[in-house]
Amino acid sequence: MNSIQELFQKKDKNLLSIYFTCGYPKLEDTTKVISALEKSGVDFIEVGLPYSDPLADGPTIQDSSQKALENGINLDLIFEQLMSIKETNKTPLVLMGYLNQMLKYGEDKFCQKVVDCGIDTVILPDLPMIEFENHYKALFEKYGITNVFLITPHTSEERIRKIDAYSKAFIYVVASASITGAKGDISNNQVAYFERIKNMNLQSKLIIGFGISDKETFTTACRYANGTIIGSAFIKNLGENGVDKIDDFIKPIIS
Amino acid sequence: MKSKFHPDKNGYYGQFGGAFIPELLYPNVKELEDNYIQILDSDAFQEEYKALLKDYVGRPSPLYLAKRLSEKYGAFIYLKREDLNHTGAHKVNNTIGQILVAKKLGKTKIIAETGAGQHGVATATVCALMGLECTVFMGEKDIERQAPNVARMKMLGAKVVPALSGSRTLKDATNEAIRYWIQHPETFYLIGSVVGPHPYPDMVARLQSVISEEIKWQLKEKTGKENPDTIIACVGGGSNAAGAFYHYMDDEEVELIAVEASGLGVNSGESAATSQLGEVGIIHGSKTILMQDEYGQIIEPYSISAGLDYPGVGPLHAFLYESKRAKFMDATDSEALAAAYELTRIEGIIPALESAHALAVLPKIKFKKDQVVVVNLSGRGDKDLETYINHLEE
Repeated sequence: MNSIQELFQKKDKNLLSIYFTCGYPKLEDTTKVISALEKSGVDFIEVGLPYSDPLADGPTIQDSSQKALENGINLDLIFEQLMSIKETNKTPLVLMGYLNQMLKYGEDKFCQKVVDCGIDTVILPDLPMIEFENHYKALFEKYGITNVFLITPHTSEERIRKIDAYSKAFIYVVASASITGAKGDISNNQVAYFERIKNMNLQSKLIIGFGISDKETFTTACRYANGTIIGSAFIKNLGENGVDKIDDFIKPIIS
Repeated sequence: MKSKFHPDKNGYYGQFGGAFIPELLYPNVKELEDNYIQILDSDAFQEEYKALLKDYVGRPSPLYLAKRLSEKYGAFIYLKREDLNHTGAHKVNNTIGQILVAKKLGKTKIIAETGAGQHGVATATVCALMGLECTVFMGEKDIERQAPNVARMKMLGAKVVPALSGSRTLKDATNEAIRYWIQHPETFYLIGSVVGPHPYPDMVARLQSVISEEIKWQLKEKTGKENPDTIIACVGGGSNAAGAFYHYMDDEEVELIAVEASGLGVNSGESAATSQLGEVGIIHGSKTILMQDEYGQIIEPYSISAGLDYPGVGPLHAFLYESKRAKFMDATDSEALAAAYELTRIEGIIPALESAHALAVLPKIKFKKDQVVVVNLSGRGDKDLETYINHLEE
């Protein structure tokens, strides 16, 4: 069974996932951030692979990615770092990167490394469904890897049903038509969209992300889904206050 | 006529192309994909498009036998004068077409990316013509080196947004345009080259194909034959080359030469010669050849010419390269500058820096007697005067 599915069996309400950028703020912080997040009680962690041209990301994640690349991070180092905590880390990890990173690294080599690190779930925001159907579905199945699809306010019902059928971990519900790091409260329109998705009675668990930043937006979003992902707000805090203050950011949200 | 150089139903030219876009853009791209061929092929579109190309752009653009240039290189060298188009380059062929597509789809807000500013000006122009709101994304570095075009866009009523990320050039302007599009799905993204997710490469190639359509009958009038021996065009993303090659791609007897910008030299680390330095990868929603490191991080290209300063090529060109249908050559900054000065001094035509790269390979080719060569003179050099003046003494 997929590690995220296992997690859902134990807990399926008010889950908090945190996205962070590997190698940020310092090269060796990848494992420190994961340990700190685990200690703070985060349910699962999205491990961001820094990319030079992250199309779906706003300025905060762009900046952290650029900084991490300047620090000298790369996929080989990331896999080494993740391997070093494989035995100690008990919190499920989800890898999030862009398709070109996997393509250039070598698709099979990439998948093998992912599995070797004890990870079985990936998010590739620029992997379209048709490419998944034609090629990547078989590749991922070969390695026992599950791919997470994103849906947006503009995704048709027919397409959501199809995505639901393909999803084995969860569906990533993008909270609004935006890139990562959107700000502000959750609007009535967004609530209507969350309700619409919730009322579709999908078999998949739902995790809401993009624009979730604090206790208030976390609580609101969790009414309509199994949990949420916080990314940019966490990265911003990490950049300003460092690894030592991670607990101060997480605790107020989940308490 | 079905050609192997046209994309399949998923937008692939061989292994290149496709639509690698985040789910957020799926509805927009799908809407365009479902409608573009029907719109482009409709009588209403064709009538309006052709009328505007004739009366507004000034087409057909002349095919000019450059006598002194021909004498110098020992061949019949014809220049396809896209530099004489309204707004000064081939870019307007595409923007006229896409603005009509946008109107047909009921869009009122237009966004575009630009490198040298030619596509930005051409987009701002058609938006003014049609009364549509226009936002152009341009790398901060390009804003500095293409000041006249920035001023033109502003005068035309467009909002120019500086792209501050990455190398602050065309690649980053395109990233910013895509990010804006994600956040404003009601806008129409008017892409300036044969790049981006399917159907953009095919749509832009079709709209630029008017160039080779005209070359065919113009050359027949002048020489009795539709086919030249050789066509030469510069390639950044590749729209002017796609247009100049389009109706000749299946005629294997016509040699196609694509010229990339090699900056300070192919292996200098300051280059944009994608076919020589690139490998298969995904950029701006398309699988193509691109400059990247061993981990797939995109490498910042360099060229003196802002319009060729792009780390990829369109998927059609990647396929023309891989299948060896087109020959890829390169020209450095200094070779392009020399070619620009040469054309200016012996033909009285100041070419755009981009087009000067196409001219710069003439000394590198051994022409046979009476070889008929068409060079696509994609744009004029007004925008590059500052660069030219700075190199006047060299």
